[in-house]
Amino acid sequence: MILLIRWFIRHHRSRNTSSEKVRGARTSHNGVLSLVLHQARYDLLGFLRNKQARFFTLLLPVAFLVILVGLFGNHIVGSEHVKASTYYVPGLSAMAVIAASFVNLVISITTQRESGVLKRRRATPVPAWVLIAGRALTAMAVSLATMSVVMVIGRFAYGADLPVRTIPAVALTAIVGSIAFCVLGYALSSLIGSADAAQPIVQATMLPLYFISGVFVPDVSLPSWLQHIAEFFPVEHLAGGLHHAYDPAVRGIGIAWSDLGVLALWIVAGLVIALRRFRWTPAAAAA
Amino acid sequence: MNTIERALPAAEQAAEVAGIDPVISVRGLLKRYGEFSAVAGIDLEVNRGEIFAFLGPNGAGKTTTVEILEGFRQRSEGEVSVLGVDPSDADGTWRNRVGAVLQESQPEPGLTVRESLDLYAGYYSSPRDVAETIALVGLEEKADTSGELLSGGQRRRLDVALALIGDPELIFLDEPTTGFDPSARHTAWDVIDGLRRLGKTVFLTTHYMDEAEHLADRIAIIADGVIVASGTPQTLGGRDRLDTTITFTLPDGVALSALPAQLQVIAEPSSDTTLVLRSHTPLVHVHDLSTWAITAGFDLPDLEVRRPTLEDVYLSLTDHGKDNTR
Repeated sequence: MILLIRWFIRHHRSRNTSSEKVRGARTSHNGVLSLVLHQARYDLLGFLRNKQARFFTLLLPVAFLVILVGLFGNHIVGSEHVKASTYYVPGLSAMAVIAASFVNLVISITTQRESGVLKRRRATPVPAWVLIAGRALTAMAVSLATMSVVMVIGRFAYGADLPVRTIPAVALTAIVGSIAFCVLGYALSSLIGSADAAQPIVQATMLPLYFISGVFVPDVSLPSWLQHIAEFFPVEHLAGGLHHAYDPAVRGIGIAWSDLGVLALWIVAGLVIALRRFRWTPAAAAA
Repeated sequence: MNTIERALPAAEQAAEVAGIDPVISVRGLLKRYGEFSAVAGIDLEVNRGEIFAFLGPNGAGKTTTVEILEGFRQRSEGEVSVLGVDPSDADGTWRNRVGAVLQESQPEPGLTVRESLDLYAGYYSSPRDVAETIALVGLEEKADTSGELLSGGQRRRLDVALALIGDPELIFLDEPTTGFDPSARHTAWDVIDGLRRLGKTVFLTTHYMDEAEHLADRIAIIADGVIVASGTPQTLGGRDRLDTTITFTLPDGVALSALPAQLQVIAEPSSDTTLVLRSHTPLVHVHDLSTWAITAGFDLPDLEVRRPTLEDVYLSLTDHGKDNTR
């Protein structure tokens, strides 16, 4: 993955040294879709150059896979006789999606809002939704890339089943989850008043939810009241949807419609808050 | 070059008389926050191609006004037209023609100077050339440096470049040199002077007198939400009609009463031997003084003749004036 990042950054640099290519890119910005891609490209570049973001978003889910297998072993479990890593991989895939679409997004947009970066962009003709879509696309790309790395390492290092039949279900669940957590990220950032507060607030929100939503350890071992709390929140449903798609006992295409339905409800709730509360200007300067 | 540039405002005034629309026109602008009026009914007019300085102490209403003009804040009352459009319902077409250097904004995270400009160039319909814009603000050496590694002055110049990349007709600069060391300020001034040569209209807010004097064709001073003076740097607040001060130290053993009578009259009361004369006809009075000193056989080595600075005018109109009325 590190090689992939290096390639992206280097490729980007070589693009920029050729002014002709840049000219060509610019004239094609008549299309709004290419403007979204333009925004996503630079957001992605900014993300990849941030050490902290790389560690928490790209490395941590992979590190957790190694830690969990090291801690609890990789025994053959269940009636289907699969390795324990077949359980960890979808849970940590959910973590990968949340880390990129929610944790990193909240921290970066809160910081950019408070440091005036978003306000300066809004002083240009670029439409607001292009900035939002570009950033969300970056989050989604990073989500899917990290998830793929977790899946590939799980398959080849730990023998976790790679569910070829349900790959569309895995992808659909991850994409819906990514959209839900991006929307919720925009909603939460609108409630956070300072860049310094963003990191502790998102971590404090997500860490307990990871533990009670079956991201690290199966939630069947939890007391039922805690399971009921977990069922209210979206983490449980993203992890649940991915577990379902990974479950060798599941027949058919493996889409957990009820989990996707709950995620859709969270998208609606997030949109209501984000549309009402999201601001482009620093909270501190709102006199 | 300089004289040609200085002659421009007169030409602009003539153009205005001829019926050309001003770039910015503000009538009775009012902005209330609860009971408090941050801007309490101001009129402004900025003409095409001029550098207009909006001066005032912190909290006087400068940033509120400029943010209303930029379309970031809603006004409470009054009429505002910027490039013929009400900025409160400004769209992308309008923003294509306007550039803004905000008071507080950090560099684009993780991007180099060139990449930041490439990103912003993509926002506009017909952007300027990136390399040329980097050269315009003197950041060629730093083109491939991360914006976050630039010094304060360099970051501000990057901000100016980002505001220029869309090739706007009008540029807002909100306190562009606050917190700069003297050499960084002079570099920034050179950049802003360069905007004049590009034919841009510049709306500059500042609380530095020397900045306004150096850059502006016209100045308006705001204090407590109202405009207390406006004019050219030379005539602002009746500066051209204020007294010149003549300062010198009397030689040992020479009393004030030894001076010619016409100089004693204009001398300010003083406890020590340093005298301040306030003169409406400085040439005559300096002549009288030097004739007297040469005849008496001594020099006046610290003699100083000073026109009132813009700062004197400013202080008399803002804080200083307020203290006197209390």
